[in-house]
Formats: sequence, structure tokens, C-alpha cells
Amino acid sequence: MSVLERLTGTKRTVEGNGHLPVDANLITEPAQLATRASPWEAVQAARNIQRPHTFDVIGRVFDRFHELHGDRGFRDDPAIVGGIADLDGRPVVIVGEQKGASTEENIARNFGMPHPEGYRKAMRLYRLAEKFHLPLITFVDTPGAYPGPEGEERGQAEAIAQSILLMARLQTPIVVVILGEGGSGGALALGVGDVVLALENAIYSVISPEGCAAILWRSPAEAERAAKAMRLSGPDLLELGVVDALIPEPPGGAHTDHAATAAAIRTALAAQLAKLERVPAADLMSARYERFRAFGALAEPGAPAPPPPPEPWWRRLVKRATS
Amino acid sequence: MPFGRKPNEFPSHLWTQCPNCNEMLFNKQLARNLNVCMKCEHHFRLGARERIELIVDKGSFHEHDASLTSGDPLGFVDSKPYPERIAAAQTKSGEKDAIITGEATIGENPVILAVMDFEFMGGSMGAVVGEKITRAAERALAERRALVIVSASGGARMQEGTIALMQMAKILGALARLDQARLPYVSVLTDPTTGGVLASYASLGDVIVAEPGALIRFSGERVTSGTVGEKLPTGFGKAEFLLERGFIDQIVPRPQLRERIAFFLTAFRAASQDLRWSL
Repeated sequence: MSVLERLTGTKRTVEGNGHLPVDANLITEPAQLATRASPWEAVQAARNIQRPHTFDVIGRVFDRFHELHGDRGFRDDPAIVGGIADLDGRPVVIVGEQKGASTEENIARNFGMPHPEGYRKAMRLYRLAEKFHLPLITFVDTPGAYPGPEGEERGQAEAIAQSILLMARLQTPIVVVILGEGGSGGALALGVGDVVLALENAIYSVISPEGCAAILWRSPAEAERAAKAMRLSGPDLLELGVVDALIPEPPGGAHTDHAATAAAIRTALAAQLAKLERVPAADLMSARYERFRAFGALAEPGAPAPPPPPEPWWRRLVKRATS
Repeated sequence: MPFGRKPNEFPSHLWTQCPNCNEMLFNKQLARNLNVCMKCEHHFRLGARERIELIVDKGSFHEHDASLTSGDPLGFVDSKPYPERIAAAQTKSGEKDAIITGEATIGENPVILAVMDFEFMGGSMGAVVGEKITRAAERALAERRALVIVSASGGARMQEGTIALMQMAKILGALARLDQARLPYVSVLTDPTTGGVLASYASLGDVIVAEPGALIRFSGERVTSGTVGEKLPTGFGKAEFLLERGFIDQIVPRPQLRERIAFFLTAFRAASQDLRWSL
């Protein structure tokens, strides 16, 4: 039972894993999938240029979207977009990585590879969400952070590190949706949330399958084998617990029907936000901490029982106030 | 045999050639000089155990979580299974994984120390590195000690896939709590610090210092020059370049490292031990 389940008081059922309600039509067990695409098919589906990208989703899921531009320091990165919109009449802050649907658009958007100023824009919007206690919704869709020399000069690593740190401590509900490619640290900079969802054919990996193949197999042509070994497809991520649930795509894939895909995302987001908004901020923070704290397959032979985790500061506050 | 082997003038177990100034260095002397070239002060890499000895007060180090080893979350196999790679690296290095953590004092400041070892699978960050650093940060928080992390890593460990990636979020969750509790965190970058390690804890110290000439960059050389299609200028991505661009505070030569860390920790000590400000 996850921490969030305990907090929202729902039990695990056959159809859902508790804090992700059944009515959202989410996939929480790989067995619920009618067909399980091969990892390489998922890689190709996730990269399909016709796939709905962040703006396609924003336009169909939210009302009255207004974009907010710029990082207030260097420039407005077109590979990360964000703004404020309504979801069922409630304002939310949206941040997403933006790929193009054509070659020209992709060049303008740098193929969805953000520069450091893109992450700094994202952080500005995260803080805005926290300040006005608006829920934050992020859309992940990037091959990775831009690896060129301009990125290095302006502190790509620092920008990503600060983004992850900020999301980990942000005092407002966060729902992450992986739309297509979740490329390593460049994706995680938008990927720390209370609930992490992914479209059925989305992928999420620590390095591209081509990169992994080039290093471990010494040949980029082995990318298909690498994709299988890396367990980067939706059902794999579900089994690993990296994502909490998959949003089903229409038959034939998300690129065949943007409207139906957006409708499924909208249902999922509305249900998650309704749940998360009932959780007190301090509980939300500790649940988010525990969610990421749990990752890792480890063996510790002969170790004494781990010391009890330090008491969270808010519990000490409560004790002090009540004693 | 028509062509006999050339007599080996400098058997490698006795001598090392400095890659910077080509001077032949006598190994025993090099080790005594903290693996720094006697002629040009080129900093060779230093193992984690030697590094700990270098920066802590003599005899003050006590190791934590020494038996923690990696599982195989993905069932990863390339040319050989991941558990075999781990076993081979353990046999070669005598360590369980790419990091050693523990408590110590530095200039009489109580610290929790985490030191990475590049020799173990390129210092790659998997669940063991993630767990040990997270525990180190949690211990520092519980005991109100400072945290010092010495990084040396090629980045996240590919064989653990997204689980390795999630370690970044796990560690930063703990560092966020440390920060909120006003406890100092000093990050030391050594050659090389790259990828997911640089894009998480290594870049977030209250003070960030680096060793001279250390390679510190987000992407690999080939990836970066591949995207621009040209060779990068020499010195690109070295510690000196990062200092100039404003991403690190200081470059500290190895012999001064302990003293310098102690200086910062002493300066921060009053705040970190004042319980009025800790929630």
C-alpha cells in the first residue's frame, strides 16, 4: 500500500491500485493491457512525429490557456512551454516539453531538447504554482536535455539539478504525465510528482537505446536489443513502479486520434487532482518523499535493522503544540 | 624470435608517466605526494580510501552501511549479466560499490562523509550509491552534522535503467530536507564528474569546490561534439572553465582540500548547531 493510498484511505482493488481511481480508466497492472507492444515498437510510437505533443494536449484538455514566457534571465526557450489554464473551472499551472510536428517546427523547438534557460523558466513557473497554491501539471516529452556546448556553458547540469530539487520540495500537488519520450535527466527535471502517469506507449529511460547500445554493445545498431534490456516501455515502468498508472491510448496509438487521447488524459488528470487536493500539504510532502525514497533493489547481508527514520519535523511541531 | 621485446625501461608497477608533462614519476613518491605530479602538479585520480584519509581528522572515520550491495532490478544482460559485472568489479576493487560513506570529523567539525570511487564501474550511480547518499543525508539531518560528498562518476548506471535515474530524485529529496534544516553541504568535484551525478547532488552544494583540471560536464565529449560537428576548444568542460562560467566556487589543490573544507564548515557551524532555527 503506497503512502498516498494510506492518506486517501482507499484500498487496493483488482481494477486499480487505490489512489488511482477506477473511474479514470487507468491501467495499473500490465495484465489489463489487451496487447503489450514490444519495447522497440514503443520507442517508435513514442517518437512518432504525428503523436500529440504538449500544445495538442493543452488545447484539448484545458480551457482558457494563457502561455507565460521566459526565464527572466536569458531568453524564452521554445522547447519548454508553460502557462496557466483552467481544468474543470479550476486554475492550474502547466509546464511541458514541446516537440514539433514537422521538421521546420522541430528545428524551431530544438526537437524538444531544452536549454538550461528552459529549465529555469520551468522553475519560475513551479514557484508560481507554489506561491498561489495552484496544482502543477507537467508534460514530459523530450529525447533529453540539449547536450551542446551552449548548454554546458550555461549550466545544463545545474539547471536540471535545481529543477529536481525544487519539485521535490514544492508545496503544491504535482501530477506528471509522460506523453512520449522521457529522456533521462532532461525528463526528470519535470518528472518529480505526487502521481506520475504515462501514456500507454510512452517510454522513460536513463539513456537513449541508441546511446546505451553504443556504449555497452559498441554498436548503435543494437538499439533494439538495448531497448528490451533497459525495460523502458509503459508496462515495464509500471512493473518497476516508476510510473503509477498508464493512460490507455486509442487502438492504433495516440497519433491516430488526438481527441480521444486528450479525453483520456483529461479524465485521468481531473480524478488525480480531486484526490490530491484533499491531502494536507505536510502529508503530501512526506508521501512524495517516500514515493521516491523507495526506489532501488538492494541487498544488505548481516546489517543490523535500519534505524527508524527520523521523525518528520511537522510531527514534532504537532507534538509540541499538543503537549 | 626475430624481434625480441624491447627492454622495458620503466616497469609500470614502479613508474608512471605524467600525461600532462610526460615526466616519469616514481610511484612511491607519487603516492606520497597525494597522487599529484611533482613537476607540473597534474592531479591524478585518487581512490576513495586514500581520499578519506586525506580529508578527515586522523582516525576519526567510521564507515556506515558497508555491506550494502546492488540487486538487479531489470534483469539486465548485455555481453554478460549485470550481477556478474558487479561481482567482477567487487573482486577487482575490494569494494562493494562505487561509494564509501561514514562519519568523521574534519577540522573537529562533525560530518557525514560520502566519497565516490571512479575505479568501481566508472563511479556509476545505481541504487547503492543512491541509498548510501540518502542515508548519509538522513543521518546528517538526524544528528545535525554537516554533509560532505566527494564526487567522481561517469553518471547514472545504465544497467539499472530508470531505477538509477530515480536515485537522483531520491537523493535530492533528502538534500532538500537538509537544506531546510540549515545544515551545511559541501560538494567536492573530482576528475571526472559528469552526467546524472553532476545533474543532481554534485551541483547543489552550499559550497562547491573542484580539483584542478578535473573534467566536469553534463554530456560526454562525443555527444557534445557530435551535436555541433566540430572539435571543442581545449579545456572545455574542465574545472577552470566552470569556475569562469560561475558554476563552482573555488578550485582547490589537493594538499589544501582538508583545511579548506574545515574552514567552510567552521564558518557554517554556528548556524547548523543553533537548534532555535531547526524545526
